Amino acid sequence: MSELLSVSHLRVSFRLDKATTIEAVKGVSFTVSAGETLAIVGESGSGKSVTALAIMGLLPKENSNVAAGSSVRWQGRELLGLPNRELRTLRGSDIAMIFQDPMSSLNPLFTVGDQIAEVLVTHHEMTWKAARKRAVALLDEVGIPEPAQRAKLYPFQLSGGQQQRGMIAMAMAGEPKLLIADEPTTALDVTIQKQIIELVNTLREKRGMAVMWISHDLAVVGEIADRVIVMRHGEIRETGTVADIFTRPQDAYTQALLQCHPPLDHRPRRLAVIDDFLEGKPPAIALQREARPQVGAGETAIAPILEVRNLSKHFEFREGLFGKRLLKAVDNVSFTLPKGRTVGLVGESGSGKSTVGLTIMRLHQATAGEVLFEGKNLLTMSAREQMPYKRRIQIIFQNPYASLNPRFVVGDILLEPMRIHGIGANEREREALARTLLDKVGLPALTLRKYPHEFSGGQRQRIAIARALSLQPDVLICDESVSALDVSVQAQVLNLLQDLRDEFGMSYLFISHDLAVVKYIADQVLVMHAGEIVESAPSDDIYRNPQHAYTRNLLRAIPRGYAHKTLVAS
Amino acid sequence: MSAFLLRRLWQMVPTLFGVILLVFVLFNFVGGDPAYLLAGKISNPAQIESIRNQLGLNESYAVQLGIFIKQVVTADFGSSWSTNEPVSQIIATRIGPSLVVLIPILVIETVLAILIAVLVAYVRSSLTDRAIMVACTVAMSVSLLVYIIVGQYVLAYQFGWFPVQGWGESLRENLLKYAALPVLLGVAVGIAPNVRLYRTFILDEVNQDYVRTARAKGLDENTVMLKHVLRNALIPIITNLMAYLPALLIGHFLIERFFSIPGIGREVIMAVERSDFPVIKAITIYVAIATMVINLLTDLLYKAVDPRVKLQ
Repeated sequence: MSELLSVSHLRVSFRLDKATTIEAVKGVSFTVSAGETLAIVGESGSGKSVTALAIMGLLPKENSNVAAGSSVRWQGRELLGLPNRELRTLRGSDIAMIFQDPMSSLNPLFTVGDQIAEVLVTHHEMTWKAARKRAVALLDEVGIPEPAQRAKLYPFQLSGGQQQRGMIAMAMAGEPKLLIADEPTTALDVTIQKQIIELVNTLREKRGMAVMWISHDLAVVGEIADRVIVMRHGEIRETGTVADIFTRPQDAYTQALLQCHPPLDHRPRRLAVIDDFLEGKPPAIALQREARPQVGAGETAIAPILEVRNLSKHFEFREGLFGKRLLKAVDNVSFTLPKGRTVGLVGESGSGKSTVGLTIMRLHQATAGEVLFEGKNLLTMSAREQMPYKRRIQIIFQNPYASLNPRFVVGDILLEPMRIHGIGANEREREALARTLLDKVGLPALTLRKYPHEFSGGQRQRIAIARALSLQPDVLICDESVSALDVSVQAQVLNLLQDLRDEFGMSYLFISHDLAVVKYIADQVLVMHAGEIVESAPSDDIYRNPQHAYTRNLLRAIPRGYAHKTLVAS
Repeated sequence: MSAFLLRRLWQMVPTLFGVILLVFVLFNFVGGDPAYLLAGKISNPAQIESIRNQLGLNESYAVQLGIFIKQVVTADFGSSWSTNEPVSQIIATRIGPSLVVLIPILVIETVLAILIAVLVAYVRSSLTDRAIMVACTVAMSVSLLVYIIVGQYVLAYQFGWFPVQGWGESLRENLLKYAALPVLLGVAVGIAPNVRLYRTFILDEVNQDYVRTARAKGLDENTVMLKHVLRNALIPIITNLMAYLPALLIGHFLIERFFSIPGIGREVIMAVERSDFPVIKAITIYVAIATMVINLLTDLLYKAVDPRVKLQ
């Protein structure tokens, strides 16, 4: 195989302010051969995306610096230091790139067809008329139905999957020899992710192009890659064929990544965390394998703490002069949450799962139905009556960056709810309580005086958990609470939630799109689709024997990594 | 679309009625007795009483409000109390000269500000960027009066490039000769804050993901900035620009005063000074109507620029 791209000793640093410079990529070397799929795997901050941008010459020019001695060669020709004018002729033609979030990566004000045609006009000197015609053919190739009509639509009029297909069509327009795909499926639902993976694979085979697939998800990588590079903190930890990486990982970090994600075939007592591996004490497989007993199956003895009956939330939109359109975000949803148990609520984006959580909290006004908390209907209470119950149900949101007030120090974030609900006799007692909570979620007492921006995503989510716990709630609603976190951090937070539930006997409503995470943490799983619960069963049963077609579809779409691929192939 | 237009036009009726009511209340209960104001110092009760009768002030409030509404609907606000000139004629003859100065200022200022903003956004955090930003801050901090005095003294009187002041008969003469210096000074004083504002609008867009996509396609920087970035930045720019438009109706007092331009700005100030209620009422109502119409136009313009906007 001929070598297309050769990166050697690549070092990239970013100047944050006059005093601080961070090294994002610290001497990375690898090659990409024609026709192969190379995956770069790493968590946030590993430098994988920065490496891709450096190859494309797309690093922000104001504050980034590629160190002397770095080299990026494309078919033998050095790209670093090449004038922008010459780089431009490669970008979008020989090397094309697709990104994580197709919605924001497409210009909202131009039609999809025109954005594809623009590549052809730029690189192939086509007329706009010819280019638009070719764009339709490309949309057809990437599997968009009715491509002639869709080409005239704007990005917001397409679904997420179609937007990413549009991005891929745009990348294909220049007939690239290398496609760099930077987390192309992370923002998409699992079923759509599966389609995009298959599409890229098909295009690669058909066009004989190479693919550099960047991802945080080893399971995805296992399905698509020929070779894998594992990166951490700007360095390459391990390089190998996909078989080596998955069956004989050499590096402790690679081993850790493989173990951290909740497995689908069994239910470990605890999840492994990265530090266990890096400190050279991998948790005994026995402990890993030891099944956590599933509770809740068929038990009726435990009194429900929360009972949701026929809950509906409809949104009305105006249409025409007098017309109205109804969106049934949540329609006739019923379930019970037994005391001390975890109910998982899974569904894809737009299924209404988050709306359920928000409506229970009365952050949305319910259209119909009842939410019984120890038998009392929360939805009909006056504000005063509801006050004590507000304390007893707390919610943790998805995005720990957006859900903590950036102008409050962590101390205020923790103390404010306690003050409102009169927890602790005085300020001193409350502070002591806050310190205990921080200790519980594994953060030092010093945290109290710091602002949210001083913490990483995982730490911030711990702060959000501590805030929820500060009110000593009985029910905790976790709305995609671990979805924005790296796998290793996700494992830590899941372990923490598990411990807290055992210690305080809390009940969780755990909302997530990630079936593996829900299987790990939930006793009972509800599958939601288009505002309705289509299936409800004990966690183990639903994965072993899904009843509803939608559930089966969802389970089939989960990437299962290399082992699964070889299993299917044989 | 037509449903949207109908709904919006229909909504203007109660809004306008609210404005009418507010103006009516303000003038009747806060403005003082117009009869006293009109009669002046040498007035006796009989004179005042006859003026009150003439103005209809002895009628019930309902009748007076009815008269006011009729004035608004027929666009006939009667005559000025101080000059006896019909209000409609005052507005019709004075608005022209004001617009001859203000429209060129607005157009030149906007186009120039956008161009400079794109340029400094492109070379952001460079020396050029910082120098232009400092210059803008300085330019903003100096009063318009200083610009006018220096402009008239240096450019018009000493260099003789422009007439110091005055106004002619034909549009061509006014536009090219008399309006030139006021426009120049108006642009000079107004452009700085716009450059700063538009620069931030553009910088907000420069870091968006779609800009990275545009570069990854291999587009050149001109296309990236002028096609992809600018079109997105136009949305907040339009908001800013349209919000200013109703102010065109009240002219620009300082410029008109110093350059002896017979514009509406002077009339507005004089009407307020003399408590010339018919003129003030007419201007207030017209500005209110202009604001509503321009808001509607703004929404239509958003729709033209941004396909995501839904007119409902």
